[in-house]
Amino acid sequence: MVANNNLIKELVEKYGTDRTSLMPILQGVVLQNNYISDSDMTEIAKELDLSAAQVFGTATFYSFLDTIPRGRFVIRICKTITCDMHGKKLIIQALENMLKIKVGETTQDKRFTLLETNCLGWCHQGPSMLINNEVYSDLTVDKVHDIIADYMHK
Amino acid sequence: MSELVKRVDLIFGEYSDQKYKTLEKTLKRSNDDIIKDILDSGLKGRGGAGFPTALKWKFTMEQPGDEKYVICNADEGEPGTFKDREILTKVPRKVFAGMAICGKVIGAKKGYMYLRGEYRFLLPSLQVELDAYAEMAKEMDIDFTIEVRMGSGAYICGEESALFESMEGKRGEPRNKPPYPTVSGYLNKPTVINNVETFVNVLMICRIGPVQYKKLGTRDSRGSKVFSVSGDTPIAGIYELELGMPLEKFVDEFGDGDTKAVQVGGASGFCVPRKKFKDTIIGFEGVPTGGSMMIFNSSRSMYNVLHNYLEFFEEESCGQCTPCRVGCQQLRKGIEAVKRGDKPITYLEQLMKLSETMKITAKCGLGQSVANSFSSIVTNFKEEMIY
Repeated sequence: MVANNNLIKELVEKYGTDRTSLMPILQGVVLQNNYISDSDMTEIAKELDLSAAQVFGTATFYSFLDTIPRGRFVIRICKTITCDMHGKKLIIQALENMLKIKVGETTQDKRFTLLETNCLGWCHQGPSMLINNEVYSDLTVDKVHDIIADYMHK
Repeated sequence: MSELVKRVDLIFGEYSDQKYKTLEKTLKRSNDDIIKDILDSGLKGRGGAGFPTALKWKFTMEQPGDEKYVICNADEGEPGTFKDREILTKVPRKVFAGMAICGKVIGAKKGYMYLRGEYRFLLPSLQVELDAYAEMAKEMDIDFTIEVRMGSGAYICGEESALFESMEGKRGEPRNKPPYPTVSGYLNKPTVINNVETFVNVLMICRIGPVQYKKLGTRDSRGSKVFSVSGDTPIAGIYELELGMPLEKFVDEFGDGDTKAVQVGGASGFCVPRKKFKDTIIGFEGVPTGGSMMIFNSSRSMYNVLHNYLEFFEEESCGQCTPCRVGCQQLRKGIEAVKRGDKPITYLEQLMKLSETMKITAKCGLGQSVANSFSSIVTNFKEEMIY
C-alpha cells in the first residue's frame, strides 16, 4: 500500500489539509484507483485531521465515490426516463451478454464494472452511458459491441 | 423548420469581438447602476426556482464583511435538463464574465463553479478558458479568481445549501433555511449562488441594456430561456426560445403529432396533459421550468413515467428528513400496490395526501417538489395508474 500512501500525500500536497479539500482528494483517489479503500480513508482522515468516520460519511454519500473495489473501466448506464424510453434495456442486455456479468457486478479480470446511474444529461441522445469519464450517447446494440470491443484491448 | 416559435440568439450568440469587452465596460459602472439594470430587466433565476437575481445580489452586497463568495451552480441534474452543458461547451467565457461582474457588485474576491461529476469531460476545455480569464484578470487588475470544483454524482447537491456542504467536504445534506445563502452560504459567509444560464443573462443585460432585453418574453417572464427538449420528438436538442409562450405552440413545433403529455421542469416539475396545452403558459406566470421539456406520445405509459421519477427521487433523496426519505419510497410502493390490485383505487387519494404532506414538511426542494409530478400525473392519468 506504499504506492497509495504516496498518492494521498501528493493529493494533500496539491489541495491542502483544509476540510474543503476533502472532495477533491477523494475524487483524486477514485480517478487513480476507481475506488477508495478503508485504509485510504483512514490515511486521508489522518492527513486532514478529521475522524475516519467523517471521511467515510462523506465518501459514502456520493454515488461516484465508490468505496468497494471496481473494475478498471466503470460503465454507468443512464436509467432515467428518456434513456429508458429509447431502449436502455436492450443496451444493458447487450452489455450483460458481452461482459458475462449482471448490473452491479465486476468482471473476473477486474476490467469492467457495470452500473446504472441517474440522468447523465444526454436525454436528447439517449440511451447514453459513461465509461469512466467518457460519454457515449445515441447507443445501439451494434455501437455498444464496437465500444466494448475497443475497451477490451485497452 | 416552421416559424411557429421565435428563436432567440442571446445566450448562444457570438462573443464580443474583443475578449471580455462587456466585462471591462461594466466594471467601470457603479454597483447600484448595475443592480438597477438587472432589476429593470426583470431577470429571474434560470435554475428553476425563479428568484429575482437583482435582489439576491443586492442582499449579498448589503451584508457586512469582505469575505464573500460567488458560486456558479453547474450541478445540472434534473432529469431532462442538459442546457448548462451546452452553455459551458459553447460560451463558457460568458459565464465567467457574468461571475466576475457579480464579484465586483457584491464585493467578493473568489468565485467557484460547482460542476457535476457527470460532466468531468468538460474540465479540460473549461480550464483552458479559465486560464485565459486569469490572464485577462491580471492584465486588467481584476481582483476576482475563479476555480472549478467537481461534484460526484449526487442530484441533491444542486440544492444550494447541499452544494455548500459538499464544497466544504461534507455529505450533501441541505441546511435549514433561513439563514439564506445571501447571509450565510459557503463557509457561512454571504454567498451569491446562481445557475449557469443566469450569469450569462446578466452579462447580456449588461451588454444590450435592460430596455432591449425586456423586449423578449412577457411581463412576468422576461428574456429568453434555453430549453432542453427530449422524449418523443423528432428534433430533440437544445433551443433558445422566448419565455411566456403557450405550451400548445411548443408542442406544435416540437411534438411528433401524437403528443399525450409534456413534463415541464423535469421530474420535480409538472406534467401537462393534452387537454391543457392551450391554457398553459411556459414561464413564471404559468408552469415554470429550469429548461427541461420532456415530451411523451400516446404509446407511453404514464405509470412507467411516474414510476421512473419516483425511483429517481427515492435514490437521490439524501435521507436526512423523514417525510422525503420514507415518503418517496412509500409513494413508489403505493402505486405499485394499486397497479397490482393489492390496494383499492381510493388508495391513490391517500398517496396524494402523503405527497401534500411532503410538500409542507420536507426540509428542502427535493422532497417538497415530488408532489408536483406525482399529483399532476396521478390526477390527469388516473386510469393508467389503475389498469
